[in-house]
Amino acid sequence: MSPVGFVWANLHRRPVRTYLTLCSVLIAFSLFVLLRTLAVVFVGGNDLASGSRLVVSGKYSIIDSLPISQQRAIAQVDGVDAVTHQTWFGGNYQDPRNFFPKYPVEPRAHFDMYPESVIAPEVLEAFARTRTGAVAPAELAAKFGWEAGDKIPIEADIWPMRDGNRRWEFDLVGTYTFKDEDGAQPVFLFNHDYFAEATGIRGIVGWYMVRIAEPQRAGEIAKAIDALFEHSMNPTKTATEDEYSRAFAQQVGDLGLMANSILSAVFFTILLLTAVVMHRAFRERVPELAVLKTLGFSDGRVALLVLGESLLLCLFGGLLGICSAFVLTPVVALFLEFLRLDFELHWPTVGSGLGIALALGLVVGVPPAVAARRLTIAEALRRN
Amino acid sequence: MLGQIVRITLLNLRNLPSRLGSSSVIVVGIGGVVGVMVAILAMATGFAATFESAGAPDRAIVLRGGSDSELSSGIGQDALGIVASMEGVLLASRELYTVADVPKRSSGTDANLIVRGVTGAGFEMRDEVRIVAGRTFTPGKGELIAGRGASVEFAGIDLGSTVKLRQTEWTIVGIFEAGGSAYESELWVDFPVAQSAFRWGGGASSLRLLVDSPERVAELGERVDADPRLDLAVFGEKEFFNRQKGDLADTIEMFGYLVAAIMAVGAAFAALNTMYAAVVSRTVEIATLRALGFGALPVVVSVMAEALALAVFGGALGAAVAYFGFNGFTVSTLSDASFSQIAFDFAVTTELMATGLVWALLLGAVGGLFPAVRAALLPITLALRGE
Amino acid sequence: MESIIDLTDVHKSFVKGSEVVEVLKGIDLAIGKGEFVALMGPSGSGKTTLLNLVGGIDRATAGDVVVAGEDIGGLSSGDLAKWRAANIGFVFQFYNLLPVLNAERNVELPLLLTKLSAKERRRNAATALQVVGLADRARHKPGELSGGQQQRVAIARAIVADAPILVCDEPTGDLDRETADEILDLLDILSRDHGKTIVMVTHDPKAASHAKRVARLDKGRLTQEAA
Repeated sequence: MSPVGFVWANLHRRPVRTYLTLCSVLIAFSLFVLLRTLAVVFVGGNDLASGSRLVVSGKYSIIDSLPISQQRAIAQVDGVDAVTHQTWFGGNYQDPRNFFPKYPVEPRAHFDMYPESVIAPEVLEAFARTRTGAVAPAELAAKFGWEAGDKIPIEADIWPMRDGNRRWEFDLVGTYTFKDEDGAQPVFLFNHDYFAEATGIRGIVGWYMVRIAEPQRAGEIAKAIDALFEHSMNPTKTATEDEYSRAFAQQVGDLGLMANSILSAVFFTILLLTAVVMHRAFRERVPELAVLKTLGFSDGRVALLVLGESLLLCLFGGLLGICSAFVLTPVVALFLEFLRLDFELHWPTVGSGLGIALALGLVVGVPPAVAARRLTIAEALRRN
Repeated sequence: MLGQIVRITLLNLRNLPSRLGSSSVIVVGIGGVVGVMVAILAMATGFAATFESAGAPDRAIVLRGGSDSELSSGIGQDALGIVASMEGVLLASRELYTVADVPKRSSGTDANLIVRGVTGAGFEMRDEVRIVAGRTFTPGKGELIAGRGASVEFAGIDLGSTVKLRQTEWTIVGIFEAGGSAYESELWVDFPVAQSAFRWGGGASSLRLLVDSPERVAELGERVDADPRLDLAVFGEKEFFNRQKGDLADTIEMFGYLVAAIMAVGAAFAALNTMYAAVVSRTVEIATLRALGFGALPVVVSVMAEALALAVFGGALGAAVAYFGFNGFTVSTLSDASFSQIAFDFAVTTELMATGLVWALLLGAVGGLFPAVRAALLPITLALRGE
Repeated sequence: MESIIDLTDVHKSFVKGSEVVEVLKGIDLAIGKGEFVALMGPSGSGKTTLLNLVGGIDRATAGDVVVAGEDIGGLSSGDLAKWRAANIGFVFQFYNLLPVLNAERNVELPLLLTKLSAKERRRNAATALQVVGLADRARHKPGELSGGQQQRVAIARAIVADAPILVCDEPTGDLDRETADEILDLLDILSRDHGKTIVMVTHDPKAASHAKRVARLDKGRLTQEAA
């Protein structure tokens, strides 16, 4: 029997009580992981958002278009490696519920900008050469049963064609994948040249993506870009992709705050419950603790044994809770699928969960441990 | 028998205060579940109400064909004139709809705020709009009035201050309410001023119509569809806002039930724990009662009654916290459909509080049942020895 | 004979409310190595208090308590605990076994304070159980043992760490005559064959007769010592 074994045995004095408490702690921590994950998904933004890419958008609102003439000027800013552009197309495939983003882009420059998007050279070649060509992420194509060669109809809302026709048709030339599917945004891509020609609106893009060689100079380069257009008709606002997606997530609302309020309520309850249980367990055992002291267990050691019970209970419960969150996550992700968010566990969440479990164990365990330490043998035995 | 039950139950409930420490677990636990659930559902209810209360059956929105939001819509001068003069149209308001980046009070980061250019007819047909502070804007001037929700949620949207929307400065001269509807999340300015300030040219984003009867809306739609000169779509205003509500309210509601369900499982364990402890601490008392000839049923009932009493107390506590803490609390989120911030108030309705109490009772029943049965099955001799 | 327990003018008082109650009023007592001494006296005479002082679980108000060569009045509470672990084995009237542990583990408990390996601990515990004749009950929890058996486990626990002194507080007080005799025989063996010094508080003259010497206490003073 090890000291931990002894603590474990003590927890089994009233197995029902211990297991019920354990279950409560377990639930609290699986909820913790789920809610934190949700908050991270919203607030943390896109994992793949990179600090070495900048987004240049209209200063006053993301909905404003920018003139394509800016592209050349941006490319000449010191530190800029490459520039390409994207435009919000909107539009619906069959039903508004089948939402996925659609951008007209420059095919070669786009895949050069996003090395994490993987496309076969011959597909990229076909995409660039086919005027009405389009590529879709493999996952999206699989979802709708598209195959290369299919015509994909999109009903436009923002961008009707020059002749007033709102039904666009694209020729799917192939698919692309992501090196890491997590956090990847599945975008349906088609040729900007075709977009400009069909709408008759030439020289307009939504925003620019800029790659820089030295991410640490991002702030300085962003300022330099914005300075270029400050007094033009189309002033810009430049931020790293990372900041950009974070700012966008903020618009959804303070989910972090909400998750934290719920968790405070949950943990307060758990704290109270576990504290009451540990206090009860301590009171029942006063004579036994005194016996341990007569056997030569020092005050500190007896206190540690008592503290160990809370710690073991909370850490074990926390660990089980976190594990069960791993099981629950895919289920919850299913529920939240329509949010089109990537719902998955993050190691920092798991780490902070264990940290909180430790803290909970300490907060709950210290008062009885201190009382156990102070216990004088002669008095405690008299109570027997 | 009934007498026995009542006597034992009362005896037990009277002793409840002496077990206050451990009883608080069940109260707080169930209170937490109910509080969180009611608060989240209140959010869903409030969000839905914002859209459901917006719009009137005798008002219609005209957008460009294919557009399903005012933001992606744009209508030329000629088309506006044709529709405005159709039969059955009592009032027509050309409106300009755009968004501007303004920092939110809560996060300090920019978010999309709706700016709407309206005409006199727009005010006339929306009789729910009331200025609650200051005055309305003077036509032709760079003044605006802010919806109450926009004012609560966005930094610097205060009566008397100025705000920069795109390149131009505006003075906020009034705050308005619109029956708690989505309009309260907007800034309103004079239409012609907006046209020039936002470089809009001649047209408008959309057209609002007041028609002579709700049935007229569909009929107008048909007429517009049939007119080869017009590529427009007509929506009833109520239907339009209902569609904007989207899935978000349902999502929040589902999320609320999901979190509450998980928490409820945890609270059920806590309740069981508390009630088992209560039974343990009453072992001798229960055994003595049994030895004196009391039946098992009164014991079961007394334990259940204790659990339910504590649960109702907890549920009421949770509902009260949700009500006093959140009712009327304003938050905002990004609306998918309008691509802008929609402010809404938490609505803690009596219905929601009743739902919360039902959950509390269920949890209390779960927490009480097993310990009650165990209490009834206690072997009397063993129990009397206090083991 | 070399003495292992030496009490010189020992006083002990308790504060009860606003009153100071003097329980021991100047005790002088020397007990030799390997002696078996019974402490007798009416209730409230201070027997258990005296025993607690000898066992190092309570401190004298005044006087010197030298046990196993150590003036334990001067030890810190941590050192005192270590000293107890090394020198004293306790046997209580109500056994005071830990209900959650089986017999073997109860016996093993004091060994957790030593540097012995898990294997050695197990072996020593098994040996101690053998000495008290309970090797076949090693896996039983206290609740599954009779009173006499529980007391044997308690004695095994008291001797497992090889403490030279056994301090017994009414070890037979909760047992029937026959079982009590068995326990007393066991103590005899421990005293005679294993050289343990035993100090035993008891009410029972028959138990006291097993001792080589009886010390009588009354109202906090030693009244009579009989061989």
